[in-house]
Amino acid sequence: MNPESVEGQGSLLRFINWLGQITIKIVSELGAIAIFFVYGFTLIFSLPFQFRKIVQQIYFIGVKSFLIISLIGLFTGMVLGLQGYYSLVKFGSEGMLGAAVALSLIRELGPVLTALMIIGRAGSSIAAEIGIMRISEQIDALDTMDINPMRYLVSPRIAASIISFPLLTALFDVIGILGGYLTGVLLLGVNSGIFFNRIYDSVVAKDITGGFIKSLVFALLVSTICCYQGYFTHMRPGGYGAKGVSLATTSAVVISCVCVLVVDYVLTSFLL
Amino acid sequence: MAQPFIEFKDVSKRFGDLQVLDKVNLRIYSGEITAIIGKSGVGKSVLLKHIIGLIKPDSGQILINGKPLSEFTKTEWRNFKRSLSYMFQSNALFDSLTVFENIALPLKERTRLPNKVIREKVEYRIHQFELQEVQDRYPSQISGGMQKRVALARALVTEPTMILFDEPTTGLDPLRKNAVLNMIAHYQHEIGFTGVMVSHDIPDVFFISNRVAIIENKKIPFQGTPLELEQTDNEVVWQFIHGQEVLQDQLTGLDPRQKVEQLIKELTDKVAKGREPFSVGLFTIDDLDEIKKGVGYIASQRVFQCLAMTLKSYMSSNEYAARIGTGEILAVFPGSGASRVKKLIEDLRRDCSRQELMDPSKYKKVCIDFALKAGVVEVNTRMDMATILAKARENQQVIAKMECKGASNRK
Repeated sequence: MNPESVEGQGSLLRFINWLGQITIKIVSELGAIAIFFVYGFTLIFSLPFQFRKIVQQIYFIGVKSFLIISLIGLFTGMVLGLQGYYSLVKFGSEGMLGAAVALSLIRELGPVLTALMIIGRAGSSIAAEIGIMRISEQIDALDTMDINPMRYLVSPRIAASIISFPLLTALFDVIGILGGYLTGVLLLGVNSGIFFNRIYDSVVAKDITGGFIKSLVFALLVSTICCYQGYFTHMRPGGYGAKGVSLATTSAVVISCVCVLVVDYVLTSFLL
Repeated sequence: MAQPFIEFKDVSKRFGDLQVLDKVNLRIYSGEITAIIGKSGVGKSVLLKHIIGLIKPDSGQILINGKPLSEFTKTEWRNFKRSLSYMFQSNALFDSLTVFENIALPLKERTRLPNKVIREKVEYRIHQFELQEVQDRYPSQISGGMQKRVALARALVTEPTMILFDEPTTGLDPLRKNAVLNMIAHYQHEIGFTGVMVSHDIPDVFFISNRVAIIENKKIPFQGTPLELEQTDNEVVWQFIHGQEVLQDQLTGLDPRQKVEQLIKELTDKVAKGREPFSVGLFTIDDLDEIKKGVGYIASQRVFQCLAMTLKSYMSSNEYAARIGTGEILAVFPGSGASRVKKLIEDLRRDCSRQELMDPSKYKKVCIDFALKAGVVEVNTRMDMATILAKARENQQVIAKMECKGASNRK
């Protein structure tokens, strides 16, 4: 055998080796996140019920996102109204505008954009807050006091997300439809009665439950990923201290966003 | 001796390539304060974190009342953990909670006490540690010393039977340090908890410890009472207790005592074989202990430092000098006769009389007479160490003196 082929074989082996390592890493990470989620989720129902802490988190994740969600919802609806009108008017069916805006918001844009906005606003700060608590030994301190850090830190955030995400999505949808009304009816002169009548005719319960299920799934995904990234900041290779927290925050946001979009596709294909 | 409350048996731990503990054996007794001392970064905190389960050993066992930790049931472990408090080196206060909430947290989360009782208990601790003024502030808004006090209050609020202190006094000024050690000692007497304290504040921690363990080079070379510690010959231990003298020797450029003694021994052997003689000089500050008591520690050290540095400046590189007592320096001059040393003593005499330290007017408050003495022996036959020292002492003459003549503050 000549040395070249040995070398070639070597690099192929190295590639397979690398591929194997990456796969094992991804699979074990996924497993870890799954265990983390199940543990954190079941602890929501442990007694005594952490009512106050959940309400505090709802305030932080939900109420404080109110304004930004409204703003994004309004402009998304407005742009949908504009785009929809110019596409529909070519076929002479601008009366369908209400249905087009409402369906795309309720089925797709509402849950996804809401999730993305909450990731940016609350997800990043969840990861940073828990990450800082980890590196400054506050999580260890909880542990030594026999306070379960998962129960104290993670469960209320998952619970608050489950409650906040669907509500914010609903808000997004309503304000988005109003935005569509604003451009479609007030600006471009679509008949107001037709606009609402089309929405009433075309939106069925299945669309709404679909959007609702999506937002629930996103809530679980986002809260788990962000908490997980913060919680295991110290296990991250190459990142210690403030650097570790910054890496944790970045990957919490990036991984959450990617997951939301991928899972959205999968869910849509099942729900349709 | 009785069964230890906590016992480490051959505990080893490594982080990646770094071996931190290597078959460590340690005993901690109930109702006592055990101090674990060692240089920075030798694994003191790691040792402590093993007790509370934050770190698990790679091999070996940790026994609690004779039962291995690994065999504890969930409830047993929980009960054990609830009887402990851990005071972190970094305090680990919750920075998004106020001082009051920080102290109240363990009670709030762990017990079902009514709010009123919790409030009373927390206020009692706040009062005890004089934290009333800062109880509504956040940890980042208060000073480091206060943070330590908050951490201590939080550790005590659950009335634990055992407290693990990770460097409770690091970064505090001497007054606060004493205050913290005092508090620990005081509550230990009052409540009778078992304390384990990691520290490098030597010798301060000895005063409040019942037992001391030294960790060095992944092992525990010594554990016992502070008294036993002072009596031991272990070199590492000696360095720890005499840390200040070692520093002093490094500052003045003196050589290690063992080195000089070894050299004298080698040279005597050579002399016995007919090689050329050598000389030994003994330089003493009379009454250094008196200066220490009367004028102060720093003054006494300055006088010694002055002698050592002047002496060293007249010595060449193959000549060595070492501290052999509080105020005594032994110097060895290979291949030189007594005349070489006598000339050196002349130089020393001239230099010393010019020194500021020999001027009585510099001692405003207390003045104490003291004298510098020097003696020399030329070794040309076989002699043992004791004889050389005795002869040198015999030959000693006063070369410089400070007299507080007529000074009003003469003692």
